[in-house]
Amino acid sequence: MTATGPVTVPVTAALALGDDALVLSHRLGEWAGHAPVLEEEVALANIALDLLGQARVLLSLAGDEDELAFLREERSFRNLQLVEQPNGDFAHTIARQLYFSTYQHLLYAELAAGDGPFAPLAAKAVKEVAYHRDHAEQWTLRLGDGTETSHERMRRACDALWRFTGEMFQPVEGLDVDWAGLESRWLESATGVLDRSTLTVPEGPRTGAWSAGAGRQGVHTESFGRMLAEMQHLHRSHPGASW
Amino acid sequence: MVTATALEAELLELAGSVPDPELPVLTLHDLGVVRALRLHGSDAAEVDLTPTYTGCPAIEAMALDIERVLREHGLREVSVRTVLTPAWSTDDITPEGRRKLREFGIAPPRTREASGPIPLTLGPTRTGAAGAADTAEAEPVHCPHCGSADTELLSRFSSTACKALRRCLSCREPFDHFKEL
Repeated sequence: MTATGPVTVPVTAALALGDDALVLSHRLGEWAGHAPVLEEEVALANIALDLLGQARVLLSLAGDEDELAFLREERSFRNLQLVEQPNGDFAHTIARQLYFSTYQHLLYAELAAGDGPFAPLAAKAVKEVAYHRDHAEQWTLRLGDGTETSHERMRRACDALWRFTGEMFQPVEGLDVDWAGLESRWLESATGVLDRSTLTVPEGPRTGAWSAGAGRQGVHTESFGRMLAEMQHLHRSHPGASW
Repeated sequence: MVTATALEAELLELAGSVPDPELPVLTLHDLGVVRALRLHGSDAAEVDLTPTYTGCPAIEAMALDIERVLREHGLREVSVRTVLTPAWSTDDITPEGRRKLREFGIAPPRTREASGPIPLTLGPTRTGAAGAADTAEAEPVHCPHCGSADTELLSRFSSTACKALRRCLSCREPFDHFKEL
C-alpha cells in the first residue's frame, strides 16, 4: 500500500495496531468449518478478512508484511492479550468481539479525525469496524437476553474476558490519543450494551496486579504460542513458497 | 493541480471500462474505484486505484486487469498504486452502477450522508428489551426481484464483506444487498 509522500511511521504503534488485527483475524478464521450456522461462518470470515486487510496495511508501514507475520517470535508480537484468547464457545467469541470492536471503533475514529500517519487507514477501517461492532452488539443482546442457557454462557464469557480489557487503554508510543477519554467512552458503551442484554457488568479488576495484560510488552498467554505455530508453520517450512 | 490531458482522460476511461472481477456486471468506473491516471512520457502510466474494503481480495485482480488493458492499448509501462484517501464509500457507485446491480439481482446501497452503518434489526429478543434500541430503518431495502419494500435481514455479512443477505417477504426470494459503507 502506498502513502502519499514521506511520512515517518511510529513502528511500535504500527505493530501494536497491526498485530491486534492480524491475530484476531487468525482467531476468527479458526471458526471456518465450525461456526454454529452457515451465515455466522460467513460473517466471521468476512470480519476476519476486513481485519487481515487492515493488518496488511499496518504491517507494511512497519516493514515487510510477510516477514513480520510469519518470521517473528512470540515475544516480538505487540498485540493485546485479549485478541489472542482462544475462541471458546460462540459466546466467548462474541464477548471478545464486543470488547475489541468497541475499542477499535472508538480508537480508529479518533485516529481518523487526526492528521497522523494512521489517519488514512483509520478513516477507511472505521467504517468496516462499525459493522463488526454492530454485529457483536446485536449478538450480545440476543444471547444475553435469550434463553437461560445462552444468558448463562454469555455471562460467563463476559466475566472471563473482562480482566483482559484494562490493557487496551495502556498508552501506545506514537499514537496521539486521549486514552483516559477513550476508556471512559468504552466503559460507557460496554455498560450500555451489557445492561440492555440483561447482563451485569463484571466486577473483577481490569487493571492492576491481579489482572492480565502485557501483550503490548511482548508477554503473551499460553495459547498464543500454539496459535503462532499453526499460523507460521507453512511459511517457515517452505520459505518463499507461493501459489 | 495538474490538469489531465485528453489522452489521460481517454486512458482513464479505458481503465474504468475493466469489469469488476467479483461483480462483472459493473465496471470499475461504475464502482468508482479508479481515481486517476497520469502519463509519464508517452508510454508509461500510473493509475490510482482505491479498495472498496481494506481487505478486498479483488484489488489485485483489478490491478492486473487494468495493466493488461492499458498494455494492449500500447502503453509500455503501467503501475497501479493503491490509495486509501479519501476512503471509498458506496456513494461513489454511479447511478448507472446502481441500476446494473439491481438488474443483476443485488439490492444497491442506499445513498447516505452520515457515516457509520445504518442500524438493522436482528429480530426480537426473548423479553423484547432490546427492541427499543433497534432503530427503524430510514429507508427500506427494496427487493431487486419484485420491488417490494417488505424485506428482512438474514445476515449482515454475505457472500462477500461488502454485501448483506436479505429475504423478500413478498416474493420469498433471498437476495444480496450491497451494504452502505
